[in-house]
Amino acid sequence: MSVTTEQVETRVVETLASFGPDVSQITRDATFEELDIDSLDLVELAQVVEDDYSVILKGEDMKELKTVGQAIDLIVSRAE
Amino acid sequence: MAERPDACALVTGASRGIGAATAKSLARDGWPVAVNYRSDADGAAAVVAEIEASGGRAVALGADVASPEAADELLTGAESHFGVPVLALVNNAGIAADNLISMLGDEEWQRVIDTNLTGAFRLTRRALKSMLRARFGRIVNISSVVGLRANPGQANYAAAKAGLIAMTKTVTVEVARRGITANAVAPGWIDTDMTADVESELLSHVPARRAGTPEEVAACVSFLASDAAAYVNGAVLAVDGGLAA
Repeated sequence: MSVTTEQVETRVVETLASFGPDVSQITRDATFEELDIDSLDLVELAQVVEDDYSVILKGEDMKELKTVGQAIDLIVSRAE
Repeated sequence: MAERPDACALVTGASRGIGAATAKSLARDGWPVAVNYRSDADGAAAVVAEIEASGGRAVALGADVASPEAADELLTGAESHFGVPVLALVNNAGIAADNLISMLGDEEWQRVIDTNLTGAFRLTRRALKSMLRARFGRIVNISSVVGLRANPGQANYAAAKAGLIAMTKTVTVEVARRGITANAVAPGWIDTDMTADVESELLSHVPARRAGTPEEVAACVSFLASDAAAYVNGAVLAVDGGLAA
């Protein structure tokens, strides 16, 4: 399946925003810590990604992710 | 059903005993219920028929919870049958293979752990996917009095049932903030096929001086699955006539 970075970015931002932070705060450089996105939020993000892009993110993958941009890049690379 | 999202319940090991009583009780509460069984298809069909005769909705789903594929098969099966997510999970399926620990074989150990504990883990993991998204969920794990208080000959069963209690509490602290509760029920001596061979003189150890009924356990599960129990989380409810007191 081929998806564009823009598509993934939109979906990730939308999902993260549903956990609380304002969309304007969710930049590529923003860290999950700054956004107050916790590990359970990331579990949910992983489920959305699995449902939408059939990309399976494991616990080890998620632990490495610090910023929104890293998450988007990982999802795009796995979706290709 | 008014206050909870459209959802169904899954009860494992529900062809007889506590599981069957629980499936019927949840159906009376308004849950569409998936009635899981391993080998007793007739028993499960009878439970489904009884629920339907009372105006409820139910489906029998065969799977051995000890199998790694069972969780996905059961959740997918229930969700596709009822068209709504499983937001109430009752991990009830359990087996016993009793022996003094010196005589307990590796196979007896593993078989009991696989069914009673690992099966519940996989089902919980799978069910949480929908529960997290729904911001609602009810998980009830059927533990046992032997998870609280020792009984000779049941090291494998006790380890699995105590493990269920610890897993229940861990689930609670991980997901409570998403409107999900996880609780354990710890039945004592309940009148079922599993306890048919227990010497009746042991009843003198039960403060209530009688065995419990599957319905008495099911009533507690129904409560824990209800909206009224929204703030009961990580609890272990003994249903044992005072045996563990």
